[in-house]
Amino acid sequence: MKKLFWFKKLTVVVSLFLFPSLVVARPDVIQIKGSDTMVNLGQAWAEEFMNEHPEVSIAVTGGGSGTGIAALINGTTNIAQCSREMKAEEKSKVSKATGKEVKEFLVALDALAVIVHPSNPIAELSIEQLSDIFTGKMKRWSEVGGADEPILVLSRERNSGTHVYFLEEIVRKGNAKGPEEFGANVLMMPSSQAIAQEVERSKGAIGYMGLGYVTKSHKSIGVKKSDGEPAVLPSVESAQDKSYPISRPLYIYTAGEPEGDVRKFLEFSQSPQGQEIVALMDFVPLGTGETA
Amino acid sequence: MMKSRRVLEFFIEGAIFLAGTVSILFVILIFIFLLKEGLALFRTVSVWEFLAGKNWYPISDPPRFGGLSLILGSIWVTAGAIVISVPIGVACAVFIAEVAPRWLREVLKGSVEFLAAIPSIVLGFIGLVTLVPLVQKIFGLSTGLTALSGSLMLGFMAMPTIVSIMEDALTAVPRSYREGALALGATHWQAIWRVVLPAASSGVIAALMLGIGRVIGETMAVMMITGNAARIPTTLLEPVRTMTATVAAEMGEAVQGSPHYFSLFAIGIVLFLITFIINLTADFFLHRKK
Repeated sequence: MKKLFWFKKLTVVVSLFLFPSLVVARPDVIQIKGSDTMVNLGQAWAEEFMNEHPEVSIAVTGGGSGTGIAALINGTTNIAQCSREMKAEEKSKVSKATGKEVKEFLVALDALAVIVHPSNPIAELSIEQLSDIFTGKMKRWSEVGGADEPILVLSRERNSGTHVYFLEEIVRKGNAKGPEEFGANVLMMPSSQAIAQEVERSKGAIGYMGLGYVTKSHKSIGVKKSDGEPAVLPSVESAQDKSYPISRPLYIYTAGEPEGDVRKFLEFSQSPQGQEIVALMDFVPLGTGETA
Repeated sequence: MMKSRRVLEFFIEGAIFLAGTVSILFVILIFIFLLKEGLALFRTVSVWEFLAGKNWYPISDPPRFGGLSLILGSIWVTAGAIVISVPIGVACAVFIAEVAPRWLREVLKGSVEFLAAIPSIVLGFIGLVTLVPLVQKIFGLSTGLTALSGSLMLGFMAMPTIVSIMEDALTAVPRSYREGALALGATHWQAIWRVVLPAASSGVIAALMLGIGRVIGETMAVMMITGNAARIPTTLLEPVRTMTATVAAEMGEAVQGSPHYFSLFAIGIVLFLITFIINLTADFFLHRKK
């Protein structure tokens, strides 16, 4: 009889393991997945939105832009947050898997700051010079007018939308299909936080990250489009008026025209109130006329 | 009552049989899946190019899948970890099994085994904030995110496996061996070095192998503290990118069914083969004496 008791116990344990899957499958939770850059932004939107609509519940998770797109393809998310434009290949995958067209919404701008250690005398670099540094062609700071020290180059990992954006805009100088690559000496950091930390403690370091991560322990570099042009420091204003060259759009994607609460959430993110949250989270709100 | 017992017995036996065979089945299925997905890479890339190519640019157009720097990265970090953990691990196990008084033995063994319970991500995080700046400072490097930091961390993580299994092997050596050696006039140290260690050699080697297996498969801690630069390492003081970190870092972005996706599974095959060989060697030594 005692053995039967154990059997019952086992059944209880097994059903406990199965139980969470039932909870997760609740249909009235809006799932938002994707870009790590946008997780906090999505979370802030979701909190404010749920304050106004207590009947809706929203779950925001990160993992990278690619993770969000994969979730859209698998149908495990309602909304994919993406810090880069979706590739045509990915769009066709979504429509093949779900039978719906991908809808794109521009929701904010993100300016990428190029940062160095505060003790570094370098104040400005051109895109050409940045490209040479990140491809590994320039190895010492003296080559761009700094101290005779090796350059420690930091990048985000390949699973990051920021990596891809920086690769195309800076390393390849805007020619997305260009031949330039991140040098083999470039350290691939798992998060923006890791880059921030490493730049703080390494004098020779250079890295890039969203404007929101920059603190007093980092020095932002002014970026010149080309040698003759003035250097522009990253800021909300310079991103909005497009004078700062390394700023990028942040997107939200859905499979098919959004409906119901998802639609309301999207409208909220683009509303003046939603854009206020964008500014609060250290991103750059869309300028007037860009919310369509 | 008898009948219900027999029925119960039947079900329990069945359940145990199922549990045993299912685990084998899972291993086989995983291996088949790994092979199927990984070998698909070699439709577009030659095996030689994958194993000996120096350029790892999986998301470029055209992509390049030269895995040499990743394989070497894993080997360097692992080799460093072995150099660090083996002497310390052996010494620690010998001390616990042969030298330490009884009460200390219990305390030491318990605490070493407790080390194994610390999640690797926690160790990685501690390593990132303590070990990495230390390595940077001591060697005057431009960054502390190096193979050496990874080796130190992993050596530390392999310690519980090595010490615990080796200590068991040493204690299993019959008392009469030690008494015989001592009676013949050997010193304590001679008895340990010439008699006990050789007698326990199969267990000692198995312990080392399992420790190494743990090291080469470790992912999170390594990804956090080795810098992940995919270049051919020449010293332990350079950043390296290991196979495990590559898979973990790139899996999220790889488009399913693309060469990049397959290449990560191909890395998985290489890792699988390495750990398989290590475990096989360990098994061989473990059963040799029986």
